[in-house]
Amino acid sequence: MSADSMRASDGEGGRPWLRYLALVLVALVMLYPLIWLIGASFKSNSEIFTEVGFWPQRFDFSAYAKGWKTSTEYTFATYFLNSFLITIPRIVVTVISCLLVAYAFARFEFWGRKLLFSIMVGTMMLPLIVLRLPQYLVFRELGWLDSYLPLIVPSAFATDTFFVFMLVQFLKGIPRDMEEAAQIDGCNALQLLWHIIVPLLKPAIVSVIVFQFIWTMNDFMGPLIYLASVEKYPVSLALKMSIGATEEVEWANVIAISVVALIPSVAVFFAAQKHFIEGATSSGVKG
Amino acid sequence: MAKLSLKKIEKVYPNGFKAVHGVDLEVRDGEFMVFVGPSGCAKSTLLRMIAGLESITAGELHIGNQLVNQLAPKQRGIAMVFQNYALYPHMTVYDNLAFGLKLAGTPKAEVQLRVRHAAGLLEMEHLLERYPKQLSGGQAQRVAVGRAIVKKPEVFLFDEPLSNLDAKLRAAMRVRLTELHRTLRESGQPATVVYVTHDQVEAMTMGERICVLKDGVIQQVDTPTALYDRPANAFVASFIGSPEMNIVKAKILPHEDGVGVELGGQVLRLPAARAAQLNSRGGAVQLGLRPEHVSAGPRPQGDSVPVPGTLRFVEHMGSEVFVHFTVGDLALSARVPADELHGLQNKTRGAAHEFHLQMQRVHLFDAESGESLLRSA
Repeated sequence: MSADSMRASDGEGGRPWLRYLALVLVALVMLYPLIWLIGASFKSNSEIFTEVGFWPQRFDFSAYAKGWKTSTEYTFATYFLNSFLITIPRIVVTVISCLLVAYAFARFEFWGRKLLFSIMVGTMMLPLIVLRLPQYLVFRELGWLDSYLPLIVPSAFATDTFFVFMLVQFLKGIPRDMEEAAQIDGCNALQLLWHIIVPLLKPAIVSVIVFQFIWTMNDFMGPLIYLASVEKYPVSLALKMSIGATEEVEWANVIAISVVALIPSVAVFFAAQKHFIEGATSSGVKG
Repeated sequence: MAKLSLKKIEKVYPNGFKAVHGVDLEVRDGEFMVFVGPSGCAKSTLLRMIAGLESITAGELHIGNQLVNQLAPKQRGIAMVFQNYALYPHMTVYDNLAFGLKLAGTPKAEVQLRVRHAAGLLEMEHLLERYPKQLSGGQAQRVAVGRAIVKKPEVFLFDEPLSNLDAKLRAAMRVRLTELHRTLRESGQPATVVYVTHDQVEAMTMGERICVLKDGVIQQVDTPTALYDRPANAFVASFIGSPEMNIVKAKILPHEDGVGVELGGQVLRLPAARAAQLNSRGGAVQLGLRPEHVSAGPRPQGDSVPVPGTLRFVEHMGSEVFVHFTVGDLALSARVPADELHGLQNKTRGAAHEFHLQMQRVHLFDAESGESLLRSA
């Protein structure tokens, strides 16, 4: 080893705190809005608009209680339940449909496969807003307005093309001979999918679940367009509603409930973290 | 166990490439058959066609007495061992072995019995609870073989199963697989085996018969010794045997006492026995002579004839030495026991030395087609 490279490696090994300091600073900058949000949930309106720091003068949980009750006849428990009633079925149908479609694209030879795949990837580039109007008209004809069906059913047809695309890439990383071995062991196509491919794709499927959960929980436009009755509102709409149009807004209540609304997504992310990180960093299995 | 019969088997890919050209082959009941050939000779394709992983374009494939062209892999009564083992990473060794049986609805007690039996045969009872990533290469290979054994298939298919192992382990596994084949035969469960390899040493040591393939065409099917002693053409001659057979341009000429061969400017007498096999043919030929039939010693052996050579270099292999030299403009090699070098080790590159060719062991091939010109004795 030359003297130069010795010095370089010494420098790296000798001052790890410098790197950690830089990382902590960047992390703080990224996390500050969230930290401020939590701090602000304990503040009064005047405090929010006058104080610069995030540390509240006192810890008062009343904003959480008030925010939870809402100004409507329903509490946030209803809205959370509604959110889950949309999110969970949607995740189930997304995983099933995207997996089947990705499996077909990655493993079967059929007429027009390449063309269909490029069309599918093409739809990823399409702005969602373009689809809103025709979709609305279709769902109105079906009589599905003011129900959760328009928010769930499209996902049952693998319309979340990003997930299909992601799963196809993962599938391509799985060596074929494992599937051939399973074929010789007596698997048909669906048994192969269930017994061999699904376990191997677990990290990717967890990624799909996490993404779909967070995106659906955060979706504002969909529920806004299709849902009319307040009792069916999910959290995202209820939050907007709590910023009243006329009377003065109690910001602490809104902020407190925003913090609560973040909890499910954060919890799902951390619960899935181990698999999710694996999915994000490794595409495929050891041969 | 069952015999395997291939009749005019062909494979044409959708892009028009013809990989397998009308292969005819019978693999006998309980036989260990090796497919060998260089990369791209379609040996693996042929194996995958037998397994049902590739479709058969034309011809008939029978396993036992059943035509299986259109049958799915699981209906063919075969088991296959893959080059990369292809173990299921999310299952324990036990589950890897039991998976096929469970799918077939085998009763649990029977599954357990068969898995334990296979594990016993391969000495891997202690590995049953492990996951594939906790296994070494050799252990994973044994599990892959075990997975084939538990199914009690009619035919075992091996696709270069040892090529991912290091040289030492490969030699050990070679012996183990050969022993396993004998053990299964003795225990009344004889196994018909088709084994694909590109390694001629594996082919020679393991196969009861060897099928040499080139560009999707069978070159010769015979026992290892027959292939070695009586290659049907120059390709088989050069492919089988290590170091490779010397194959050089030569010319058949009349000689004062019979038939002579002109080789690098030297005219050498062909022994009467070889000359008789030649059908009085003359002109340009390819002459083949295995390196062990060339000696560096001064004493002629039997029908050996001396030729003056120019030393190129010497490779020491321990007990023996490979000597590379030229005769005229032809490059030849000799395989000489280390204690019969006769001073060669002290000679420098370019030095002259007299070598002896055992002319009764020469092979003669057609200059164009490479077909053997010797009628089998």
